[in-house]
Amino acid sequence: MFADFDYDVILRSLPYLFFDGMTFTLTLTALATIGGIFFGTLLALMRLSGIAPLVLPAAGYVNLMRSVPLVLMIFWFYFLVPYIGQWITGASRPIQVGAFVSSLVTFTLFEAAFFSEIMRAGIQSISRGQVAAAQALGMTYPQTMRYIILPQAFRNMVPVLLTQTIILFQDTSLVYVLSITDFLGAASKVAQRDGRLVEMYLFAAAVYFVISFAASQGVRWLQSRTAIVR
Amino acid sequence: MNYNWNWSVFFETSPDGVHTYFATLILGTGWTLATALCAWCLALVFGSIVGVIRTTPHPWLVRLGNAYVELFRDIPLLVQMFLWYFVLPELLPADLGDWLKQLPNASFYTAVVALGFYTSARVAEQVRAGIQSLAGGQRMAALALGLTLPQAYGYVLLPLAYRVILPPLTSEFLNVIKNSAVALTIGLMELTARARAMQELTFQVFEAFTAATVIYIVINMAVTFAMRWVERRVAVPGLIGTAPQAVSH
Repeated sequence: MFADFDYDVILRSLPYLFFDGMTFTLTLTALATIGGIFFGTLLALMRLSGIAPLVLPAAGYVNLMRSVPLVLMIFWFYFLVPYIGQWITGASRPIQVGAFVSSLVTFTLFEAAFFSEIMRAGIQSISRGQVAAAQALGMTYPQTMRYIILPQAFRNMVPVLLTQTIILFQDTSLVYVLSITDFLGAASKVAQRDGRLVEMYLFAAAVYFVISFAASQGVRWLQSRTAIVR
Repeated sequence: MNYNWNWSVFFETSPDGVHTYFATLILGTGWTLATALCAWCLALVFGSIVGVIRTTPHPWLVRLGNAYVELFRDIPLLVQMFLWYFVLPELLPADLGDWLKQLPNASFYTAVVALGFYTSARVAEQVRAGIQSLAGGQRMAALALGLTLPQAYGYVLLPLAYRVILPPLTSEFLNVIKNSAVALTIGLMELTARARAMQELTFQVFEAFTAATVIYIVINMAVTFAMRWVERRVAVPGLIGTAPQAVSH
């Protein structure tokens, strides 16, 4: 069944797959993780603030993002981002947005909802005594959050945040629906050009597997090293 | 925002000449639910088997179960769909491969199988966690009473474990519904694909996607409310999760 398996097509397309495709995938993953954690932390702080005008929009946003498929959100943002750009810049017509910016905005805003749930759990896992002690020392709310609560919450949640990043890495393959040349997009373009679907898709699956598997083993190792003995 | 809103587009007839665009979205919802439910049944069966063998005292079964979970968890769902849809028929003997390719509704069956196996790895993880969260004495007491290992699982461990892991299983079920949208890449005309088709045919982008979003939210809320009710009914008395008031620290 592997009699006419063509290894050469994989070798020939390696530079294209990795320099064009994987670079896109990894850059998107890294930037969307940073952006997602930033906005996710803001959303978590809003939800935990106890101020209704902040809690309700944040909760609504997170629940909205969590109840619709990522594919649908990718389509939404693909058409919506030009209008948002027009609104921000005050241009007279919807602005042109490249494939990369469009998918970066999508993944940042979508994953922010998931990162916010992780950060909320992280903040809630900190003992109340920490807040009380910070306040007793005369710290303001922003100081308490910045110097006491958030550093501990981040540390506790690092394994979960990294696991979510691995999921994000796998999810970026869905930009395929916009015909973007990420790693899977590149593999699929070669596959269809050369009629070598079996080789290219198996190779793509193997690469995703190796990266995700190595990363999740790394997270497990990190978890065992950084776990705080209580 | 210079966009021409036109909500009446839902009542225009779609190019199939029979259904309105609104009706095509409802048809899509049907395919979404059918795919999700079938995949969920598959995922529950395989996920339970794999989850159980990962908690047995046989090291090779445990390793096999772990490998299964890693395999289906570390490859993106989209890639798995492509493997089932494009690659599997080529690797099978020619007759069988051709039969698979010519199957009516092939994208539906493929989506169910791909989504089912993908989700089964996640269900297996929950089932394992559920069994391991039970007090070790449950297993020992069952074995001491003379139950065989399969009986201990069937009568003692699993009934309790399922009740414990019902909340995470609910969110996995919600994930199946959402993940079924990935099947549009292999040509399944489920809800997101219908909204996308409507957008391409009418250029009413935001109406189409708003309708799909609302339908997903309604499904989500319906499942959540139904499962909350079930969760309350089957909650194990005496566990923290089932205390009348949430424990805060």
